[in-house]
Amino acid sequence: MVLLNLYNCLQTYLVLGALLFGFGVYGLIVRRTIIGMLISSEFILAAASTNFMAFNRFLAPDPTIGQIFTLFIMAIAAAEASIAISIVIAVYRNYKSIDVEDLGDLQG
Amino acid sequence: MQPLVFSPTPNPTLFSVEGIVGIIFLLTVALVIFGALVAVNSHRLVRAVSGLAICFTGLAGVYYFLLSPFLAMMQLLIYVGAVSILIAFGIMMSTPEQQDLPGNKHISKLAGPLGCSVGALFFAGFSVLGLNTQWQVFPRPENASGDIEAVGKVLLTTHSMVFELISIVLLLAIIGALVLARRGRN
Repeated sequence: MVLLNLYNCLQTYLVLGALLFGFGVYGLIVRRTIIGMLISSEFILAAASTNFMAFNRFLAPDPTIGQIFTLFIMAIAAAEASIAISIVIAVYRNYKSIDVEDLGDLQG
Repeated sequence: MQPLVFSPTPNPTLFSVEGIVGIIFLLTVALVIFGALVAVNSHRLVRAVSGLAICFTGLAGVYYFLLSPFLAMMQLLIYVGAVSILIAFGIMMSTPEQQDLPGNKHISKLAGPLGCSVGALFFAGFSVLGLNTQWQVFPRPENASGDIEAVGKVLLTTHSMVFELISIVLLLAIIGALVLARRGRN
């Protein structure tokens, strides 16, 4: 069965990464809270990581470079999530809401 | 389009070792897709975070299939263990229940079909691009290995500058998060 051999095929991982990217973009548009949009942006970063790992496994001459890239993406994502959560908490303290429609006035 | 198949047996049967590995891979991919669906579509944000954790657990399995158990462990440690928990704490500290229910605001009528079509367009475009490109396989030297030892050596020699910079970024993120979350507290 060809279906059982999908894990040895580069295109499987590329389609999986594209699927995660599509979910991320969909969530970014549909979600109306900041935390929901943050979750969706994590999917976009995960899609990039998946592509880097797939190219690292199948195409690259150096089998460590993609793993290094993915590690850096993870570090950046962790920093981004912590900053975003602290912004969410600061916003909620001022507005008592994290719905993006209630955050219209930014002049303070 | 030629599939890049490196397996010794290109068509494994269902109950051979390769067949069972293939079944486990399909289950892993199903876990990723299920988690992503839950994370994107659920109205309660706590369920969305649970879906995020499920999806990233499956993604750790996918990294394991990509011959990198170190990255699989890091995925579990950083994403499932740290980022998801951090977002869950953010939800607990900021939202009242059922914040993301549809229907009470006026933009959500257009956002559903628009987001669905844009996401499907991105997915179809990238899939077609990935499936139709003739990928060029660069030859790999004989002694090249991708295990933890090689990753550690490369991280501290070739990429040591970026390693230091990323530690500075993380330090700034810690300080910035403290400053931002503290501001406005009376």
